[in-house]
Amino acid sequence: MAHSTIAAGDTPVPARRRKTVSKRRRRVQDALVAYSFIAPNFLGFAVFTLGPILFAFVLAFMHWDGSNAMSFAGLDNFWRLFEDKAFKDAFWNTIIYTVVSVPVTLACALGLAILLNHKILGRDFFRTAMFFPYVASLVAVAVVWNMIFNPEMGPVNMILYTLGLDPKNMPGWAADRHWAMVTVILFGVWKSMGYFMVIYLAGLQGINSELYEAADLDGANAWQKFLYVTVPQLGPTTFFVTVMLTIQSFKVFDQIYMITQGGPGTSTLVLVYHIYNEAFISWDLGYSSMIALVLFFLVLAVTVVQFRRQKED
Amino acid sequence: MASISLKKLNKTYGALTVVHDIDLEIADKEFIILVGPSGCGKSTTLRMIAGLEEISGGELIIGGDVVNDVPSKDRDIAMVFQNYALYPHMTVYKNMAFGLQLRKASREVIDQKVQEAAKILDITHLLNRKPKALSGGQRQRVALGRAMVRNPEVFLLDEPLSNLDAKLRGTMRAEITKLHKRLNSTFIYVTHDQIEAMTMADRIVVMADGHIQQVDTPQNLYDRPINMFVAGFIGAPQMNMLPSKIEKRGEEYVAIFDGRVLPIPQNFDKARIAPYEGREVVIGLRPENFHELAPADINPANLAPFEAVVDLAEPMGSEIHLNITAGEKAMTVRVSPRFKAGIGETAKLIVDTTNMQLFDKETERSILY
Repeated sequence: MAHSTIAAGDTPVPARRRKTVSKRRRRVQDALVAYSFIAPNFLGFAVFTLGPILFAFVLAFMHWDGSNAMSFAGLDNFWRLFEDKAFKDAFWNTIIYTVVSVPVTLACALGLAILLNHKILGRDFFRTAMFFPYVASLVAVAVVWNMIFNPEMGPVNMILYTLGLDPKNMPGWAADRHWAMVTVILFGVWKSMGYFMVIYLAGLQGINSELYEAADLDGANAWQKFLYVTVPQLGPTTFFVTVMLTIQSFKVFDQIYMITQGGPGTSTLVLVYHIYNEAFISWDLGYSSMIALVLFFLVLAVTVVQFRRQKED
Repeated sequence: MASISLKKLNKTYGALTVVHDIDLEIADKEFIILVGPSGCGKSTTLRMIAGLEEISGGELIIGGDVVNDVPSKDRDIAMVFQNYALYPHMTVYKNMAFGLQLRKASREVIDQKVQEAAKILDITHLLNRKPKALSGGQRQRVALGRAMVRNPEVFLLDEPLSNLDAKLRGTMRAEITKLHKRLNSTFIYVTHDQIEAMTMADRIVVMADGHIQQVDTPQNLYDRPINMFVAGFIGAPQMNMLPSKIEKRGEEYVAIFDGRVLPIPQNFDKARIAPYEGREVVIGLRPENFHELAPADINPANLAPFEAVVDLAEPMGSEIHLNITAGEKAMTVRVSPRFKAGIGETAKLIVDTTNMQLFDKETERSILY
């Protein structure tokens, strides 16, 4: 075999070496082909996502107003976080928003999914109706929401009034320091529960019905079947929903912009809204990038913890 | 006591009836197997007994009580599912203990029963594993164990061996039979595999199209099938069905198949055969009714020469399954491994009609039984 690999006129190369050379070349070729497939997507990612992120990391240690020259700030922006009362409020408001809205949305989505997994009359209509807020324009529904929850003329308070609630104790919703957070959380839950309901519906339909039959024979009632079959079987779905909801909650901005603008006072000021204020109202791009960095590590930490726990299970 | 009665049991889905007026008496401690092709209603019948499927009509009586509207958990039954249906997130121990826990048994009782069942099934070393870490055979044992710990009066088994490989299926067959003897309870077992039915059952219920075809012991089903469906379903390779004509030769009847004269045994009930004289019938001959040489222990009056063209020889080691054609009819016969006949050659066989079956051509019912 060896002689056949030596073509006439070539300097004889030992067959084995030739083989390894061609093997290496082949591997490089394969890699190039693979990179060329990734390239278009990666270019877009690099220009529009990775670049800005890296730039924000750099900006966090700079002074910059967007028009004049940048100057190095060292840890100035970092130390400023501890003196900024608005940052502190925004930080805790974000935590509160997340801690409340994640479990509530999750429970509502799961409850709806279980309800609409049964063969009830008008099931398809209700599924669509529940999904609607997610696809509807946020600006439009926020306007409607503001009308419905208007403290003076909104139907919600009218209903509360007819139910006998004293007008003096009526919740002021978005206009009230104590109720503004409740209002934006309610809005967030209502807006996204339909989407996560669909994910839970898919999860529910993936559960082997024989497990419920086995549980029937084992003597489980409806609640026990939910607890011992549905919940554990939905584990991976719940994990996904929790991670998505947590990240989404940390990033909450648009509904607050539309309903309360962070107010009254700082009662609904959240981190992203604070970033927006610092960046595009005060034009302090360096400091706002530092807040963004905090948000980044917050989300990263929570997600890492969630993944760890999922792995343990 | 856990005798079970099915009285005119029906299952309908809208206009579609999948189980038609089934009547069946299952004795206490009996091992009964429902067998039939897929879609024959056997699983639906089992699921009605389990309470997993609503009963559309008729009565289901367990231990003397009508249980049509009694929920599954109060019927004192346990079921082994085709896909085992083990709880994936629970260990083997918890899977087995779950039913007892829900019934509020004490921790000591649960532990004792689980350990006992695990010992019988030889799965003690697996108790802390989760189902996904088990092989198919091991999962099968856990599913059996989960059924056993509750000491139910009735075990329902829905195609429990169909997901196992052939070898394991053989051993599990024997183990389930032993388990039945040991547990001393009623077993109702569904399968589409007639070998499982033949080897394990006290009695077999053959079903087709939602109707019971025949209920009898395995040997009786084999020897005295009531119609062509049962005759064809029980036994492998299948019984050969040959369109023939009945004629009278002297005092005796014979069946003429493609010019071949096949004697009808003298001990057959002549009164039943007489109406068919001169008419077309179907005769049934099992593959083992054919021989290369006339067997010495058979009444020679029941033997006849049978020549046919060999299409294919399937050597099984202990015997050869010979696919032959006679009168344009494809047949399978079993001959000894020493049998020599090339493909396309004519094999000179001897047919023994002692256990011949006769069926009415129109109704497909047996003429003899």
